[in-house]
Amino acid sequence: MSQVATAGYAAVDKYETPLTPDSWGKLGMWVFLAGDAMSFGALLATYGAIRFGAANWPNPTETLGIMLTAVMTFLLICSSVTMVKSLAAMQEGDRQGCIKFLAMTIAGGVIFLGLQAFEWSHLIGEGMKLAENAFIIDASGSVVGHYHEGLELAAGQMRASSLFGTTFFMTTGFHGLHVFSGVIYLTVILLKVMRGDYSPEDPNGIEIVGLYWHFVDLVWILVFTFVYLV
Amino acid sequence: MAGQTHEHPNYMAIFWWLLGLTILEVMVPTLITASVPKVILLVGMAVTKATLVAMYFMHLKFEKGLVKVIALTPMVICGFLLFMLMPDLSWRWITG
Repeated sequence: MSQVATAGYAAVDKYETPLTPDSWGKLGMWVFLAGDAMSFGALLATYGAIRFGAANWPNPTETLGIMLTAVMTFLLICSSVTMVKSLAAMQEGDRQGCIKFLAMTIAGGVIFLGLQAFEWSHLIGEGMKLAENAFIIDASGSVVGHYHEGLELAAGQMRASSLFGTTFFMTTGFHGLHVFSGVIYLTVILLKVMRGDYSPEDPNGIEIVGLYWHFVDLVWILVFTFVYLV
Repeated sequence: MAGQTHEHPNYMAIFWWLLGLTILEVMVPTLITASVPKVILLVGMAVTKATLVAMYFMHLKFEKGLVKVIALTPMVICGFLLFMLMPDLSWRWITG
């Protein structure tokens, strides 16, 4: 290390305060996540405002089906556990354990994406599109049929809000994009661990990718509740 | 700089809490049809789950004050956003 670099570290230590983070990389990830959380917050608030003002909103629990998404939620929770186990393994000096748990975390993310693709295909097949949908609902919001050109609606029936699909695909799609990015990020870290990077004294890169992955899990918990259950 | 000094939380205990709350969440829409109690219960459980993930999996409980402030900032701003949407939503509620 050059003298200039050493002097730089000394200066950081000298002026360390109770606010100085344990890791600047971790602090950077937290700042990024705070910004990302505001994006998701805006998406969910918009969803709430649109839904609250729409009289023709389908019942999401019935229309979207929640058993598959409950399984997806379970998968993300499991992958969060394998993520913390991976970090704990590296902190205890167990590189093979770290690799095993990181691979399991990646597998969880890939299966989640596969299930989301299956869900989207099914819903698109049902007539749900980004800017319109074919659902006919009754006053309680239950889907009672599918609209086609020339169909006369019975009394008490109405076409579902076209924004139902828009909000669903935008919110779950934005989250899916995060899962996809997370899988790539985790794969890069896995390769680095396999190459011999990181150690029990310096597991920082694993902790930082973990922060990102847990955030993806945390956001899904909220998306699952607001978009599918409420 | 200071290193990590905290003990590992009991991750499996957090997992069981998250799993239990998820099962309860899935049951709520079929058991409770009245919208207000349903929403309160579901949002309460979601916030509890999100808090568990942040505090124990993301180790926020063991972080310094600066990180806690950064993590709280988006919540305050999102709360402000909801507050700013209230007049419009209330007006639509009143006028049907």
